[in-house]
Amino acid sequence: MDIIESGNNAAALGVLRAKAQVIAAYPITPQTPLTEKLSEFVAAGEMQAEYIPVESEHSAMAVCIAASSTGARAFTATSANGLLYMHEQVCWAAGARLPLVMCVVNRGLGAPWTVWNDHQDSMTQRDTGWIQLYCNDHQQIIDTTIKAFHLAETVSIPVMVCFDGYLLSHTYMPFDLPEQDVVDEFLPSFKPAVYLDPKKPVSLNTVTMPESRLNIHGQQAGGYMEIRNSFQQDLRASLDCWQATDERYQKLTGRGGNPFIESYRTDDADTVAVALGSLSYQLRDVIDSLRAEGLKVGVASLGIYRPFPDDAVRQAFKNVKRLLVFEKALSLGYEGPLCTDLRAALSLMDKAPVIGNRIVGLGGREIETEQLAENLRQFCRADKPATAPSWIGLRDLGA
Amino acid sequence: MSTSILNLPTEEYIYPGNRACTGCGLGIAYRIGLKAFGPDTILVVPPSCLTVLQGLYPIAATKLPCLNVVFASTAAAATGVSAALRAMGREKTNVLAWAGDGGTSDIGIQALSGAAERGENIVYICYDNEAYMNTGVQRSGTTPKGALTTTTPIVGKLQQKKDVPSIMAAHGLSYVASCSAAYPLDLYDKLIKAQSLPGTKYIHIHTPCPSGWGFDSSQTVKLGKLAVESGMVELYEIENGYFRLTGASAQLSNTKDLVPVSEYIKRQSRFRALPAAELEAMQDTVNQRWREIAPCVETA
Repeated sequence: MDIIESGNNAAALGVLRAKAQVIAAYPITPQTPLTEKLSEFVAAGEMQAEYIPVESEHSAMAVCIAASSTGARAFTATSANGLLYMHEQVCWAAGARLPLVMCVVNRGLGAPWTVWNDHQDSMTQRDTGWIQLYCNDHQQIIDTTIKAFHLAETVSIPVMVCFDGYLLSHTYMPFDLPEQDVVDEFLPSFKPAVYLDPKKPVSLNTVTMPESRLNIHGQQAGGYMEIRNSFQQDLRASLDCWQATDERYQKLTGRGGNPFIESYRTDDADTVAVALGSLSYQLRDVIDSLRAEGLKVGVASLGIYRPFPDDAVRQAFKNVKRLLVFEKALSLGYEGPLCTDLRAALSLMDKAPVIGNRIVGLGGREIETEQLAENLRQFCRADKPATAPSWIGLRDLGA
Repeated sequence: MSTSILNLPTEEYIYPGNRACTGCGLGIAYRIGLKAFGPDTILVVPPSCLTVLQGLYPIAATKLPCLNVVFASTAAAATGVSAALRAMGREKTNVLAWAGDGGTSDIGIQALSGAAERGENIVYICYDNEAYMNTGVQRSGTTPKGALTTTTPIVGKLQQKKDVPSIMAAHGLSYVASCSAAYPLDLYDKLIKAQSLPGTKYIHIHTPCPSGWGFDSSQTVKLGKLAVESGMVELYEIENGYFRLTGASAQLSNTKDLVPVSEYIKRQSRFRALPAAELEAMQDTVNQRWREIAPCVETA
């Protein structure tokens, strides 16, 4: 059904369709309307779920962890400092291998206070063991949220669905709301292999020693390192599962087919711009105008950032001479994190492209399309393009 | 009707040979407490001595399902278990959060207050050994004034003990109780009653700790009893706002029956730096407190 809704409501509708059973959330801008909408669904009886208005994000994730450990499908959403406040629990949820889904409505980080969009918040959680998916528009927000539950429950790993605060969360766009019977067919009810059940008592997340130990049956049980290793292997394998989830969804809805990288006019491109989220769609306008000038350029966005789709990246950029990575995040003291990951992945190629990095839009600074175009134009034309990160959009404050 | 040793359930829910220290007050409270809850119970446990007692993966000492959670989140995690049980139509299962005094009075109080304000249907037990014993005896919010710990190492703690049951009572809970590991039947009866009441129930258990307090491990029950008999610790319950002394405390109907506080203090090396004037002040505080609560004593 075609509807026009905000990005936050698109996510909430995805959670409604996915029939989450326990939702816990704490207000934070720009996420708040998402979970307000869910509380409304629950209060109105449109959704059979428990809505827990917790006293902090740390507790929101605690509720989700415990609910999932008890066998329920659980969801939360947050932004920025809320995500940072729950960081301990974010790591815990991943280590506990719980198939949670969390929307991160991307916002910059204090200090100083900012409520506006960039990607610094979700980037700080890159190495926690969560799968990270990024959405470019409203249709992708609802589709990715639904698909995230399927992926999470297939691999028993939590999934973060990231989308841009305000630019997507608070803007209204038309999109297709999948029918409930379609989603029901796509996403069977949650049946965990292990959960808290007095009939079959288990102790979850107990203290684990550096060495493997015998269990009561005399068999070796892995120590911490074996458990970590198995997690890493499953995370790497989840790339294939993500593709399978995408194919399954595509069969039912007709949408999908680019689970790792969504490319625009890259087939014959010498130079490709790379970005996460809605910025990649803004860059499509840039590509069209530079194509009109005769430059062979394209743009690509990553739909999944962790686990890093390194094979897909090498395949996508094998014929590209130059990559310019536009990022709304920064590993302070170095460069953009996506740029670092692309450099590492592409360094294995015989003819690795030259990679440049542009930091844009931090704390919601307006990203002007003409500035993007000028940077990409110069990057294409320079004999030896600069590879160190430079900032776009800084104002001249005078001497 | 009060439970006696003769009609306490014989079923055990923790295995012998667990990793609790010799003479651990928690060991007594935990064993008896689980009997009160029975097999249809899910435990939620943050880092504490109880985590150690539970055992090391892949072996566990408790015969009940247990969710180990991060330090600050016990009551929120119990909320999550309870919500999931409701969502799946399994509400009959008990949700029992069991945390230490640091995990309750300090790092866990925000989540606990939140759960209590929401009225989550959980029983929350704080076992109070009056310091961070699992990490090696650091002061906590419930460490009594004058006690030496590894972070109050010379003159002892300067501040008074935080009164967590009163804080919880201020949330308007259906049930708040103060108990002692030295009086397991009083504890058992309170836990049975707690299960029959709605919303969040808070149980505070004084659990003497031989290694942390500095007394011989054969004297755990003796110390627990002296704490109650001296009036330093009170056994009481607050049921729907109504305060009532119970068990041994109910029998101490006025201050003249109290054992001198010094009898409790002098048996513990953690109070060895306590000046005489402080001990007197401690006695005065106890006397004053008992003048206030004595009218609440119910005698048979």
